[in-house]
Amino acid sequence: MSDQTTPPSLYAAREPIFPRRVSGPFRNFKWIVLIVTLGIYYVVPWIRWDRGPDLPNQAVLLDLANRRFYFFWIDIWSHEFYFVAGLLIMAGLGLFLFTSALGRVWCGYACPQTVWTDLFILVERWIEGDRNARLRLHRQEKMDARKLRLRLTKWTVWLFIAVATGGAWVFYFADAPTLLVDLFTGQAAAVAYITVAILTATTFVFGGFAREQICIYACPWPRIQGAMMDEDTLTVAYRPWRGEPRKHSEEVKAGEPMGDCIDCMACVNVCPVGIDIRDGQQMECITCALCIDACDDVMAKIGKPRGLIDYLALSDEKLERAGNPPRPVWKHIFRPRTLIYTALWGGVGVALLVALFIRADIEVTVAPVRNPTFVTMSDGSIRNTYDIRLRNKNNEERLFRIAVQGDPAVRIQLEGTPYGSVSVGADASHLQRVYVIAPPNSAPAEGDHTDLRFWIEDLTNGDRAYKDSNFTGKGTNQ
Amino acid sequence: MTKVPPKQEGDPNTTGHSWDGIEEFDNPMPRWWLWCFYLTIIWGVGYTIAYPAWPLVSSATSGLLGYSTRGEVAEEIAAVEVANEGINMRLASVELTEIANDAELNSYATSAGAAVYRTWCTQCHGSGAAGFVGYPNLLDDDWLWGGDIENIHATISHGIRNEDDDDARYSEMPAFGDILEPEEITSVVNYVMDLSGATPLDASQVSAGAEVYLDNCSACHGEEGLGDRDQGAPNLADAIWLYGGDYDTLMETVTYSRYGVMPPWTQRLSEAEIRAVSVYVHQLGGGE
Ligand code: SF4
Ligand code: SF4
Repeated sequence: MSDQTTPPSLYAAREPIFPRRVSGPFRNFKWIVLIVTLGIYYVVPWIRWDRGPDLPNQAVLLDLANRRFYFFWIDIWSHEFYFVAGLLIMAGLGLFLFTSALGRVWCGYACPQTVWTDLFILVERWIEGDRNARLRLHRQEKMDARKLRLRLTKWTVWLFIAVATGGAWVFYFADAPTLLVDLFTGQAAAVAYITVAILTATTFVFGGFAREQICIYACPWPRIQGAMMDEDTLTVAYRPWRGEPRKHSEEVKAGEPMGDCIDCMACVNVCPVGIDIRDGQQMECITCALCIDACDDVMAKIGKPRGLIDYLALSDEKLERAGNPPRPVWKHIFRPRTLIYTALWGGVGVALLVALFIRADIEVTVAPVRNPTFVTMSDGSIRNTYDIRLRNKNNEERLFRIAVQGDPAVRIQLEGTPYGSVSVGADASHLQRVYVIAPPNSAPAEGDHTDLRFWIEDLTNGDRAYKDSNFTGKGTNQ
Repeated sequence: MTKVPPKQEGDPNTTGHSWDGIEEFDNPMPRWWLWCFYLTIIWGVGYTIAYPAWPLVSSATSGLLGYSTRGEVAEEIAAVEVANEGINMRLASVELTEIANDAELNSYATSAGAAVYRTWCTQCHGSGAAGFVGYPNLLDDDWLWGGDIENIHATISHGIRNEDDDDARYSEMPAFGDILEPEEITSVVNYVMDLSGATPLDASQVSAGAEVYLDNCSACHGEEGLGDRDQGAPNLADAIWLYGGDYDTLMETVTYSRYGVMPPWTQRLSEAEIRAVSVYVHQLGGGE
């Protein structure tokens, strides 16, 4: 530590934090979130989904090699990436909404960094004991057999969790059961091992050692969140007007005013980022509410009402100082800011749903070949060439008929087949070269441009789709 | 309002800046952060020693590892060639007519052929294969020497009218300016225009031209003007003209004749490459 005469060192070693165990409704809620989110993370790749032959039967699969995202009954093609972009926008707006209403709840409960750190601390507590035992172990400088054993056990369990974390991630990108076997038999792709290795390393270091440092120094989100919060946001705070002046009971002299806070430091000892919430709102606070649980416990023991530390809005301070109850929760939650975020969020959601339902099962693009624009055939007819791409989003192979409509004189011919139809595999796309031929001296052959419409018909169910294009004749190029 | 905690014992110095009474702690960097920073510097220095980095007047330092992007590309190309060896051998050895029936071979040949075409053929036949005056259009259904895969392959392998390959296809049209009278040439040109379905410049000369044609031209172009692929004699009764079908161009063609040359490609390309480009040309829309 520095004073005015010695300049501060360029280094600041991390001060390890040893959060104490705590119990209470918020802690319980955090456990539930932990179990649910980890459960989703580990289980989802193993859900099977029958899409028919030749298609992956994994419910959620990001098939990067074939550029397809499978999400239960929805298949997203690479050119439909706007669905993914839309979901990301919704996730962003959702974060804005929750932050403006409840502060950094994402950070406190659902952020992977928080969840895995919580899990790592749980392991640490099982192996090395609660706060005081851990502190003692930390301060013991000699690495005796006991300390070594405890440390090694802890690191091993952490490593196991870390490997499982990286290991589960890759299952989202390939068929999980196959990949699991491949991973163990050394058959998996190098990128799979590299991904597992990187995620293992980051989980181990971030969850075991860096912990709150990630939240304070590495993560940009806390700095952005300030813009989403205002004085009506419900966030974890201390009621100084009720707690101050704080005193241990033995220090109290008769007649002196006394706040509810007994300066027991319970709130500081449980805090995973190591701050004292009684100093006021701080950027580091992830609103995990563990200090609320801790203090409520203390208040119950000394027979005072709960809520010395609480989810509260700064705008209520005046009311409360005047002895009135705070405004009801819904008044904090429903205000223009949150309503606008909700509306935006819902708007994007509805737009995505609409886009999903009007999405056609056959998709066609027609690209006229412009090099050259037309070819004269030996009988004098004029031929144009088109590249038609058909995308079949059905789960089975389909036969598509391609027809042309425009001038009755023109006829159509498909490259490589005497038939007017082509088959396209399940969930696949097919590029078909198509010739349109106008007989000699017909209007399209002699004219500049003639409008054409290509009709694509799914011969299985009669669904039709069309694309407009045009036919280039000799026209002024004669 | 919550109180701003007063500066406490042990707090670091401030930077000395103050905005609206808010001061900034001069907090030291975390140690791990600094180490990462130093490591990037070390890495950066090492990198510029190991890899090409510093610009010199006309080049750059080459780096200790001797890496170059060119070398990397050459390696990649070599690797691709090794990977394609098997299919190239198959392509070079199967019956030409069988290629189209082998889906894998056909799609390989088409895309490999497209690459060969773009490298060697576009200069004369155009990037879209539509040709130019004097350079045949490969998209239409008119072939001077035949448009099935075997004929295309033979033409590409040995070329046309060149002196580098004894198997080159060869024929030569005489310059009729030295053989025929000027009026005979005018009449035969009118006849040929009529034959191809165009409107002759002077319809009254058509019948005289027919006689001149029978005596002088039918040996190669056939009595009906349908041409003769064995000697690369063009079909004069269709709508396609290599050099143009208007009166002036035809006068020039008959008077001075034409002599289009194509190089033999066996001397530059491998058999697999020639076959690939044959398949590519064959599927352009005019293959027979
Ligand atoms: S837990 Fe409550 S009583 Fe104890 S120090 Fe914190 S605020 Fe004061
Ligand atoms: S101050 Fe309270 S809410 Fe904030 S991080 Fe610490 S324990 Fe969690």
